[in-house]
Amino acid sequence: MIEVEHLYKSFAGVPVLEDISVTFERGKTNLIIGRSGSGKTVLMKCIVGLHEADQGAVIFDNRNFVGMNFTGRKELRKEIGMMFQGGALFDSLTVEENVIFPLSMFTQMPWDEKRERANVCLKRVNLDNVNKLFPGELSGGMKKRVAIARAIVQNPRYLFCDEPNSGLDPKTALVIDDLISEITHDYSITTVVNTHDMNSVMEIGQKVIFIHQGFKCWEGTREEILDSDNEHLNDFVFASNFAKKIKSLTSKDS
Amino acid sequence: MKTISAFGKYIIFVTRVFSRPEKTKIYLQQTIREIDSLGINSIGIVIVISIFIGAVITLQTRYNLESSWIPLYLIGLTARDTILLEFSSTMVGLILAGKVGSNIASEIGHMRITEQIDALEMMGINSASYLILPKILATMVFNPVLTIISMVVGIFGGWMACIVTGALSSSDYIYGIQYWFIPFYITYALVKTVVYAFIITSVTAFHGYYVQGGALEVGRCSTRGVVYSSILILLADVILTQLMLA
Ligand SMILES: Nc1ncnc2c1ncn2[C@@H]1O[C@H](COP(=O)(O)OP(=O)(O)OP(=O)(O)O)[C@@H](O)[C@H]1O
Ligand SMILES: [Mg+2]
Repeated sequence: MIEVEHLYKSFAGVPVLEDISVTFERGKTNLIIGRSGSGKTVLMKCIVGLHEADQGAVIFDNRNFVGMNFTGRKELRKEIGMMFQGGALFDSLTVEENVIFPLSMFTQMPWDEKRERANVCLKRVNLDNVNKLFPGELSGGMKKRVAIARAIVQNPRYLFCDEPNSGLDPKTALVIDDLISEITHDYSITTVVNTHDMNSVMEIGQKVIFIHQGFKCWEGTREEILDSDNEHLNDFVFASNFAKKIKSLTSKDS
Repeated sequence: MKTISAFGKYIIFVTRVFSRPEKTKIYLQQTIREIDSLGINSIGIVIVISIFIGAVITLQTRYNLESSWIPLYLIGLTARDTILLEFSSTMVGLILAGKVGSNIASEIGHMRITEQIDALEMMGINSASYLILPKILATMVFNPVLTIISMVVGIFGGWMACIVTGALSSSDYIYGIQYWFIPFYITYALVKTVVYAFIITSVTAFHGYYVQGGALEVGRCSTRGVVYSSILILLADVILTQLMLA
């Protein structure tokens, strides 16, 4: 479980996040949604300490991350898997080496075992026959999938994914969503996913928070989203004409 | 004020770079890789530049010494001492600041803006140490080798110039380069080289490590890193000369 309490963050005096409080529960897929530029990535980075929050607390199962020293953070981060928006794969390493990397740094596993584990993870994200390619030779979506494989290779207790399926075709996006939800439930990890893809929200949004211009504007489950009368949320959810039409049709029905 | 805070930031950065490595074996592997990419790869440019500068120093000395009462072998001696004292350490240092330094700054800067450094941090790795310590070790170990190569090749370049142009007889030159040889000059040059290697790598890596923005900023930080490290090299040159030769 991760508890965020009254978190504030600004860049050079410009506030980006204001008074965010939220609890991400263990064994659930927690989604952060919001428009582009609303502060999702910044929130995620504040939670894991890549940005220093100006104020507030972030508590990972009773351990307050904000006041923690360098060594404490390092230890806690070994329990965290993170997938960055752009993949953040190491350019100089092949796909396989990228996934093996965390294992080499922190385990004494023999080489074969590491490779096997890496390949299991790559299979889970539907990647075959790319082991020897370099990140520069992959498509954007493939990079994301390798990044997910790398994030889960160490069986993390906490998993953060920043837009895991933007730029993926709907079918692969579905595979990724299912994968994330599967590992969350199988290993009972605390998963936080940034997204602006409504399909994922409806697919895996066990808990959803909606960020609007740096404020937490709404919180609930995917079932509650459609019936909400929050103006900003409706604006976001029913942004496309297609969605608006469906909404008007369904509301006529009832 | 800005300079002081930047200097403080640099000191903190360097302490982080030198804090305990995660896994010594991986660091050693990385260091060997860096020796290859930063050191071995620079041998070519060092050889080319040293040959030509050695030749030019010899010719210039020859054409500036017209008086007949100065023995010609002093040309060899002058060329040798210029190469040993200043050229092979400081000039080569400046050239490496341009070549190796910009390479380091842009590589680290690129890793910063593509979040690869964040990814390392998220794995619980001390990214500053993991990325930069091997580079510092590699250049501090291998740049002295480059300096020695440059000395040998530079002196050889001077001899080639004598042969090709006939400005000086080969025997005068060879007598000159052996005359009154002070071995300490080599120690002096190597000490300078090691200090320069540290400056080049840590200063350019520092600029890359804290870059913000996009590709344009990476380019700028690499230029800035090269300029700062060049100035610091010259400053270190003055200080070390005063300390070691006075
Ligand atoms: N390092 C930074 N320095 C200054 N401002 C920043 C920085 N990072 C983000 N911002 C600002 O914070 C705001 C939120 O950015 P953020 O990256 O969190 O958006 P996002 O919700 O992740 O958007 P997207 O869906 O496009 O990824 C933006 O206005 C951005 O300009
Ligand atoms: Mg984002």
